[in-house]
Amino acid sequence: MFDQSSRRRKSLKAVNSLSRSAVTILCVVVVNFVLMQMLPGDAAEVLAAESGSGSASTVIQLRQHFGLDRSVLEQFFAYLSNLAQLSLGVSPRFNLPVTELILSRLGNTLLLLLSAMGIALSSGVIAGVVMAANVGRWPDRLLSLLALLLYSVPAFWLGLMAIVFFAVKLEWLPTGGIVTVSQNNQGWDAALDICWHLVLPCLTLASFYVAIFARLTRSAMLEISQQDFVRTARAKGAGPLRVLLVHMLRNALVPVSTVAGMHFGALMGGALVIEVVFSWPGMGQLAMDSVMARDYSVVLGILLLASVLVIIANGLVDALHAWLDPRIAQD
Amino acid sequence: MARRFENSTHGKWARRDILKGFTILGGACLVAPWLPARAADSPVKGGSLVMSLQTEPVGLVQGITTSSATSSVSPHLFDGLVVVRKDGSLEPCLATSWEVTDAGKTVTFKLREGVRWHDGTPLTSADVQFSIMGIAKKVHPRGTATLASVIAVDTPDPLTAVLRFSSPAPVIWRALYGNETMILPRHIYDTGKDDLFANPANIRPVGTGPFRFKEWVKGSHLVLERNPDYWHPAEPHLDSLIFKFIKDPAARTAALKTGEISYAPNNPISLQEVRAFQANPEFTVDFEAYRDAATLYFFDFNLRKPLFQDHRVREAIALSIDRNLLSRTAWAGLATPATGPIPAYQKSNYNPHTVQYPFDPKRAEALLDEAGHPRGPGGIRFTIDHLPNPYGEPDRRSALFFKQALKAVGIELEVKNFDTPTYLRKAFTDYDFDTHSAWYSSFLDPQIGVIRRFWSQSIKPGTPAANASGFADAEMDAVIDRIIHEGDEVKRHEAILEMQALAQQKLPSINLLELPMFRVYSNRLHDLPPSALQSFGPSWLQS
Repeated sequence: MFDQSSRRRKSLKAVNSLSRSAVTILCVVVVNFVLMQMLPGDAAEVLAAESGSGSASTVIQLRQHFGLDRSVLEQFFAYLSNLAQLSLGVSPRFNLPVTELILSRLGNTLLLLLSAMGIALSSGVIAGVVMAANVGRWPDRLLSLLALLLYSVPAFWLGLMAIVFFAVKLEWLPTGGIVTVSQNNQGWDAALDICWHLVLPCLTLASFYVAIFARLTRSAMLEISQQDFVRTARAKGAGPLRVLLVHMLRNALVPVSTVAGMHFGALMGGALVIEVVFSWPGMGQLAMDSVMARDYSVVLGILLLASVLVIIANGLVDALHAWLDPRIAQD
Repeated sequence: MARRFENSTHGKWARRDILKGFTILGGACLVAPWLPARAADSPVKGGSLVMSLQTEPVGLVQGITTSSATSSVSPHLFDGLVVVRKDGSLEPCLATSWEVTDAGKTVTFKLREGVRWHDGTPLTSADVQFSIMGIAKKVHPRGTATLASVIAVDTPDPLTAVLRFSSPAPVIWRALYGNETMILPRHIYDTGKDDLFANPANIRPVGTGPFRFKEWVKGSHLVLERNPDYWHPAEPHLDSLIFKFIKDPAARTAALKTGEISYAPNNPISLQEVRAFQANPEFTVDFEAYRDAATLYFFDFNLRKPLFQDHRVREAIALSIDRNLLSRTAWAGLATPATGPIPAYQKSNYNPHTVQYPFDPKRAEALLDEAGHPRGPGGIRFTIDHLPNPYGEPDRRSALFFKQALKAVGIELEVKNFDTPTYLRKAFTDYDFDTHSAWYSSFLDPQIGVIRRFWSQSIKPGTPAANASGFADAEMDAVIDRIIHEGDEVKRHEAILEMQALAQQKLPSINLLELPMFRVYSNRLHDLPPSALQSFGPSWLQS
């Protein structure tokens, strides 16, 4: 009896959150479509201008090709009906399905985002714990200074300096791109090649977030160290390391993971700059180029996918919270 | 046959060209002993040339989606009927010979035998016919105008194409090269569908050129490989061409320095880096390769506004701008002050005897006083806005320079920066500006790139890079009409000179600078074609 009602409550909750996500996504589509329409200029003019010369008849034909000769409402309903059939439409600029354009970049972006997030979280949390354990002493001071530095240096500058130092001066790492295009690597060689190309962009993107997570972990740990249960743990004879890692860190991870989930969207924005500096073929660059070219089907597709990614990331954070703190799951 | 053509219409120039040829040869003989001996004199077979592209091209076929990124790829994939040499004379390409008859109204091209498209289909005159009548005249942004007088292309046999004109059109001899009037495969483009922009071959092209399409990894790079069946028996030397999309100028600089790329077209590095690369013995910075495009920087007035209809106001603004200082501050000293709408280095068209407006702020102030615009409160005579083109840092910096220069004579200039699509809409559709600065390519013939700034028929709202100032003048229109319709080269040349004199005298727009256009490449790369718009067929990489 109790079991059944609890199951029903759970499935109701799932339906609820799913429908909330669907509404969010629909809002994203409408808002973005309206925003794109409000931007001055259109895709046909941009393409015509790229030729450096224009003829009136070419522009008219381009406008037909882009479907810009239809009314805004017609364009919107055409887009919605595509979407209802789970298609993101065709980019008239590249003459390719939007799904194909985006999926060819999605993997690259996820690789960059997830590895940067992983590095930022792990090194940030470690630094935070070390700082909290040595509060006021030199490791704390040094790491705080380093965190402040990473926090305040713009990522693109750091990226450029990293290229100049590690790629041009030392010649350890490639300057950019995702593969060594002149070698036709296969299998493990290809994977290793991608890893080499990933090092600089990933570290540059992670730098700012390392600082955030380190400072956050430090303050969360310090706050928790004052609490009763920590004193209790110490009183019952738990070793200092056990208190630090099991009792304190587990609780400190709740605010850290909340912030990490919230920053996932911002990280995608930050990835854009990194993608440009390191010629990383990701979605951010595609999004930027498509806005500048007023290729709205691609922009909408990317924003849609980005909002789905953010929703998934938040879902994962919720699940993580439930695991870290079983009390959250019971609510 | 080729000789016959050159004699028939270029008779006047032929002698001069030969003389020029001798001087160049003589110069080479004199200089040669001092040049460093080349490591290897004969071309090396094989190797991949990796190069950068600033932006990912939209398509790879310059005849359909024309852009500067596409123009760096397309010449390697496609050929034209002829190649235009540096001195303006012609070299055979897909056409082996040509003959002009009927007082310039018929041109007969004999096509090269045994040329095959990359898919194995033989090239025939039907391809030439469709490329001109069905593609270039229909969708090419310049072809629609330059080929306007072509009324038909006849195909008496598979290797003969006969162009018929309504009136003689000398301009076509500067427009039939591969990158401008591309010969495309009819069997792929003649699908019965109207939308040429949607053809899948635009991104998986089939050409006749020395390289053929291999793969395009979106967002990352593009690979062309050697065409083993190329009609030129000795070419190409390189195995493949790889284009890496590198958006950031600093990243391109780094990639050149580490050797990850060996060739970088279209002003790849910031102007401030140019001197360092020029001093580096491993690299060449080549300013000659884009002389076909001949970019000219100018300052437009919106002549729809009464203020600018007064010649004195326009002249005063022209006199307030110190072009040498503009070049030094915004263009790293690499630009040359322009004396008219055609760059001086384009000698065959250039007119050195035109009215000039040398820097003279005192006279500018006197003219403004005289025109009834005295300095008011705060020393300001009037306030106008300025729309710079958003294509690069030097353009933005130039706009700030104009602001300071005009402030000195009492004009307040409000600079308005926008992203590209907004700029295009304001400059070429809504005409929502007081003054505007931009650069256009003049191309090999003024009919292709220069007259559009001054012709009343180029005032076409919604068309980028047309006549934005709204200048419409009967005298100028008459001269332009002669440039377009005059069949006699000598008389046409006079009209071209007159057009420049009129543009300077009437001053609808200030001609500011001849802009530096350059490519940077590693000195391991040899035998590059003289123009950036030609193929790397003869080029090779020293190992």
